[in-house]
Formats: sequence, C-alpha cells, structure tokens
Amino acid sequence: MSETTPGSSVSRPFLETRREDNWWVGPMATAMGLLAFTVYTTWAALQGEHYSWGPYLSPFYSPLIKPEGWPLSPAILILWAPGGFRLTCYYYRKSYYRAFMAMPPACAVAAAPHKYRGERALFIFQNLHRFFFYLAMLFVVILTYDAIIAFNFDGSFGIGVGSIVLTLNAVFIAAFTFGCNSFRHLVGGNVDCYSCASMGKQRHLLWRVVTFFNKKHMEWAWISLFWVGFSDAYVRLVSMGIITDMRIL
Amino acid sequence: MKEVTFRVFRGDKEKGELKEYKVPLSEGMVVLDAIHEIQATEANDLAVRWNCKAGKCGSCGAEINGKPRLMCMTRMDVLPMDKPVTVEPMKRFPLVKDLVTDVSWNFEVNKRIRPLKPQPRQADGTHRMMQMDVERIQEFHKCIECFLCQNVCHVMRDHKITDFIGPRFLIRCATLVMHPLDTENRLRELKDDFRIGYCNITKCCTEVCPEEIGITDNAIIPLKERVAGAFYDPLAWLWRLLTGKKADQRT
Ligand code: SF4
Ligand code: SF4
Ligand code: FES
Repeated sequence: MSETTPGSSVSRPFLETRREDNWWVGPMATAMGLLAFTVYTTWAALQGEHYSWGPYLSPFYSPLIKPEGWPLSPAILILWAPGGFRLTCYYYRKSYYRAFMAMPPACAVAAAPHKYRGERALFIFQNLHRFFFYLAMLFVVILTYDAIIAFNFDGSFGIGVGSIVLTLNAVFIAAFTFGCNSFRHLVGGNVDCYSCASMGKQRHLLWRVVTFFNKKHMEWAWISLFWVGFSDAYVRLVSMGIITDMRIL
Repeated sequence: MKEVTFRVFRGDKEKGELKEYKVPLSEGMVVLDAIHEIQATEANDLAVRWNCKAGKCGSCGAEINGKPRLMCMTRMDVLPMDKPVTVEPMKRFPLVKDLVTDVSWNFEVNKRIRPLKPQPRQADGTHRMMQMDVERIQEFHKCIECFLCQNVCHVMRDHKITDFIGPRFLIRCATLVMHPLDTENRLRELKDDFRIGYCNITKCCTEVCPEEIGITDNAIIPLKERVAGAFYDPLAWLWRLLTGKKADQRT
C-alpha cells in the first residue's frame, strides 16, 4: 500500500508508553489473583482427602467420581471442565492476554514483541468455548444439588455456616455462567430479526436476561473464582478439625 | 491566574519534538482550548484538526498524557495539572504535521465492506422494522468515526498487521450482520478477509471510545460467536448437514 498504510510510525520497544498513570497496577493485580488461585487449586485438587465433611462436599471434588483403582485425586477427573470453561471464557482471555502475555499489557502501552497471530493459529481452540459452556451448565446443576444437600444433616433440616457457604457458591457460579458470551449468542444473540423468527420474542427476552448478567461478567468471574476457592478451604478446614462448623439451626 | 505547562508535539514525518508552552487556565477549559490558545499566541503555525468542539465530528483525536482521547472532550480538571500535559498526534496513522495525521486508510477499508442489501419492499412499498430488532445496532450508529479505537488497537498499532480491518469496521459489519433487513452472508468474509481472528478481545477499543459504545462486548464478541458457529462448531456443522443450511446463512 501507499503512504496511507497505517503503522508507518516508528515501531516501539516493549512497554514503551507516554502514560503516566499507574497502568501496571491492573495487569499486576490480575496476574497475582490468577496465580494465587491456580496455585491453591492445584494444591487442593492434588490432596485427594479432606474434601467433605457431614453434608458438605468441596466444589473442587463435585461430582465425586472415584473409579476402582484410580491412583490419583478424584478432583483431577472433573476439574478440567470448569477449568476449560474459565480458560476459554472471553473475560479470562482478556485478563491473561494482558497480564501474562502482554499483548498488550495495557492500552497504549507497547505490546510484547512476539510474532502475533491473535486468536488464529494456535489460539483457534478458543472457539470451543461453547462446548465448555454446555458442561458448565451441568456443573451449575450439580453444585445447586450440593448446596441443597448441605442443609440435610443426617436426615433432618439444618443450617450450618457451610450450608450458606455452599449455597452462595452455587449462586455465584450460576451468575457467572449465565453471563457467558456463548450463552448470550445461543439464546438470542444469533437472531437477526426477533419479530420475524420463530419464538423470536421469547428469545429476545432471554437474550436480555443473559445480557443483564453479561454486563457484570468480569465481576462475577472474580467473585465466583474467589468463593469457589474459599468454599473448598472452608470444607477442608472443618474436615481437618482446624475449625468447627457453626450450626445456625 | 494559574498557568499550566503543555508539551505539544511539533514536527512532521521526518523529525519532531515535544515543545513546551504555558497556558493560563480558565474555567471549564478543555485541552482543545489550550491548543487554540497556543495557536493564537505563541505558535500560529501549529497544525490541529477540529470542527465541532462538541465531541460529535470526531476530528480532534490525539494522545493526551499517552491516552487516546478527543481534545475537545478532555477537561483540564481530569488531568494532573502540577505536571506538564503532553499532547501528541495519534501514533498509529502517518503524520502530516504536528497534531494532524492522515487517517485516509480507514476510508479505504470502509470501501471493502459491501453495503446493506435489503429485502424487497413490502406490498405497500415500505420497509418495516420493529424497535426490538434494531435496538442492538442503534448503539453502533453512535460512532463518530474519530478512529481512536483504530489508533489504540494493538493489532495494528504494535504488531503492524494491516489486513485486519479494526474495531470501527467490525462495528460496521456487526450493524449489517445483525440488521433485520440485510440479505447478504458476511461471515466468511469476516473470517478470511477482515480477519476478525486477530482481535484478542483485550478491549482497548472499548476503553477509549468517546461514545462509550460496547465495541467488544456488543459487536466483536457476538460476531466471533457467529463465526465460531459457522466455521468452528462440529455440532453446528452436523446440524447443517442434516438441514441443508449454508455455513454463513442468515437467521
Ligand atoms: S478488543 Fe480487539 S479490536 Fe478492540 S482493541 Fe483489542 S484487539 Fe483491537
Ligand atoms: S467506535 Fe468509538 S472510538 Fe471507534 S471510531 Fe467510533 S466513536 Fe471513535
Ligand atoms: S472537535 Fe469535533 S469531536 Fe472534537
């Protein structure tokens, strides 16, 4: 192309910027948050014990599948699904592209100089997000079931702190899952003309509900991430006898 | 009266530098006022492009303290005034002079997008659209073509990839793809020619858009999902095999 080809300005070295605000705080905090969660989850998933107590089951181990002769922790058999859901989530993609891969680290701060292909080539797998979403929906059902069971103390209804922890866990995970961009597309985003498509009005309504959650997808991503880790820690500490589960009812 | 120091880029394609100017602060002042003040007093030959001074013509995009913004919509009181305020041209486009860049590449890209091809008119000679059908694309029509999003997008700014059409034009594509009357299939083109795959949804376009258009969430991600449905989804592929639909057929 001629003179009007963009980018003819001098190419800039990594991290070059004229920004004077603390642009690095965001990516730094994101990196630390994600790293802390990954380290804890890996550790907790490899333990293979102290994942349940009374009516409580740690969300890292739910659904509990223990095949005969499986030598490792049962968490490994299921965690790839919610893990894959978050790994391919549009919000998390943004956060780790920025925080770990520096493409770009922040807006108007020069990106890392590696050969950039975007979400083509190797990263084409991100397009499978919708399949992880289907599984994530299944997990919402399973975790809701776990939350209900958490009120059943040997056949009689009761409320412990753990019942509330696990209920909130199901609520937060659901709020995160319902805001998924693939879900937003599937329920109605893919319709061009709501007033002419079959079930168009219902789909428009559903699309608006998902849009409501989608607007705060980032917030739900962090709240649910923190809480799922906290839920595991809670059940773990109770089951190890380090703390006692307070009964409210 | 309080004075603010400005460091303004002066120069052309060959060479340039930041030059310091002092401007008396007045109430309600925006950066464009200061630039005009400099032009009127110390530097009559300072080149700057502007028109409406109301954030609607999209002419006065620049980088203020390193952030892409409209000069006419950046009030002085949002900037730290104890330090010099830096004003530079948009970095991604070829420089003409001082704060003026040549954004004509964008107009060339725009020509590559096929215009709306509406369905035939109804019996009474009109086209009818329901509000619920056009709500989504109304947001995209707020675009004032300031090209700040095109300027900040790292795909072009840092990686110098020129066969990606950029956020402003992905918005235009979204307007057409989601249009209730359009009859064209555009998804293959979005993937192969406009290279939507280059966007890694890191949202800088959304961050800088003065019209606060949800560029990434409401236009690019929905387009990516449609492209995924048409080309990367084995279940959808099976479904099309059974129903005989085409990959990028409109719904
Ligand atoms: S979200 Fe995509 S189009 Fe927008 S600035 Fe980032 S890479 Fe560019
Ligand atoms: S989408 Fe926003 S930032 Fe981009 S050209 Fe339009 S108004 Fe400017
Ligand atoms: S002068 Fe029109 S947008 Fe700034």
